[in-house]
Amino acid sequence: MTPLLQVRDLTKRYGARLGCGDVSFDLYPGEVMGIVGESGSGKSTLLNCLAGHLAPDEGQVIFDTRGDGPVDTLTMSEPARRMLGRTDWAFVHQNARDGLRMGVSAGANVGERLMAVGARHYGDIRAQAVDWLGRVEIAEDRVDDRPRAFSGGMQQRLQIARNLVTGPRLVFMDEPTGGLDVSVQARLLDLLRGLVREMGLSAIIVTHDLAVVRLLADRLMVMKSGAVVETGLTDQVLDDPQHGYTQLLVSSVLQV
Amino acid sequence: MTAMQHDPAYNFAYLDEQTKRMIRRALLKALAIPGYQVPFASREMPMPYGWGTGGVQVTAACLTPGDRLKVIDQGADDTTNAVSIRKFFERTAGVETTEHTAEASVIQTRHRIPEAPLGEGQILVYQVPIPEPLRFLEPRETESRKMHALEEYGLMYVKLYEDIAHNGAISTAYAYPVKVEGRYVMDPSPIPKFDNPKLESGAIQLFGAGREQRIYAIPPYTQVVSLDFEDHPFEPSKADHDCDLCGCGTSYLDEVITDDAGGRMFVCSDTDFCAARQAEGHRGRLSAEDAA
Repeated sequence: MTPLLQVRDLTKRYGARLGCGDVSFDLYPGEVMGIVGESGSGKSTLLNCLAGHLAPDEGQVIFDTRGDGPVDTLTMSEPARRMLGRTDWAFVHQNARDGLRMGVSAGANVGERLMAVGARHYGDIRAQAVDWLGRVEIAEDRVDDRPRAFSGGMQQRLQIARNLVTGPRLVFMDEPTGGLDVSVQARLLDLLRGLVREMGLSAIIVTHDLAVVRLLADRLMVMKSGAVVETGLTDQVLDDPQHGYTQLLVSSVLQV
Repeated sequence: MTAMQHDPAYNFAYLDEQTKRMIRRALLKALAIPGYQVPFASREMPMPYGWGTGGVQVTAACLTPGDRLKVIDQGADDTTNAVSIRKFFERTAGVETTEHTAEASVIQTRHRIPEAPLGEGQILVYQVPIPEPLRFLEPRETESRKMHALEEYGLMYVKLYEDIAHNGAISTAYAYPVKVEGRYVMDPSPIPKFDNPKLESGAIQLFGAGREQRIYAIPPYTQVVSLDFEDHPFEPSKADHDCDLCGCGTSYLDEVITDDAGGRMFVCSDTDFCAARQAEGHRGRLSAEDAA
């Protein structure tokens, strides 16, 4: 089986400081990988390098494209990379406002990706938008409301609908549950888990919330100071942490 | 149709020769890449931004002593903007001016394309306030330029989608986006969408945005397609009336409030077209009886 994403020795420096260093891993189709670590450990830098938002200094990010097989996304042309960003990739931002167009309706937000890949039939675009709003539990009568009128949890669900409407194969998530209260978080996680399993998505989830990765991720990567300190199956890493920092992380979770 | 003496204190058509040369270069580039916005070093003009500084610079760069100039504002030859720009070129270039569309070799316009069909040998110069059609959806200039370069025009449809979602139809009535020669999406300046089909003509069409420092162009006989959805096709629209002065049922109309009791009349926005029809004996609902 060809890995969907192969990352080799990815390094990003901010001047003399290290963003993330020598990160390598494979991600297989249908697999969900969690990246955990404290603030400033380089998780978001890594995610942005993978998604093409930042240009890494060294390394390769090889994606198994539908047409041409495995291709290094860092050396492919910019139009092709942006096309991947609209079709096979999705990016869920921590702050829904970063990933949504706040000035246009929920329906247009979902429809934008469809229109960006050439949909030109209003009725079809709208039907798909309504369908996707339903899948993320947003009522049909909110389709013409602007995201400003939505609660934080709804905005985050709208962002997810907007990203998944073109049927991507790889989803990057940057703290998808950050800033939401726990009951809303639980529903969002439930929804995400359902969608990931149903659509057979591969995902890379960056978070500092161990509960999120326990629920969603098959595999876990622990980062500290820009380097990967431990990798393994989620349950294995969380139940039997080997590295000192991972042990600290696991023991820091409050038990209620 | 009066030839004035050119005021010798000014260089011909106000601008210095180097500036006109710079603008002509930009114009040639714009004509070579239809719909592409060419940056140019817009000059300070003796009028405020928003009054047509871009159009005036393009007109100045195109004028020759043998040209005959017409200036219209919202279709009318006799409004402030049109009169002052016409006077400006009468004084600084001494060219002949006219109000008749067919007789003009250069026409500077704001917000309208004349009703009379334009042909080869004519230049239509538009005054453009905001040249970037993506601006209100994508505020970053770097990003909108990249979207033009990579032909990523999905966002333009988001605007049309919003129109239909909120109003049941594409309610954009002016500055209706068009795709030029199958490549660049262009804002045809704030002309009513009624005029969009007239963008395909034998005349050279030049667009100048002074404040935004952009020039773009449509060469003669270039394909210009108004954007739309398959199930909501583009429709040029106008007020559903006949002109009350000349009775024309196919021209673009202005609505004029005539009293404070709900009285109103509809008149052709193109004054030259309306006057020509009245001279031919056409009459509308409110035409003076003695004239008939």
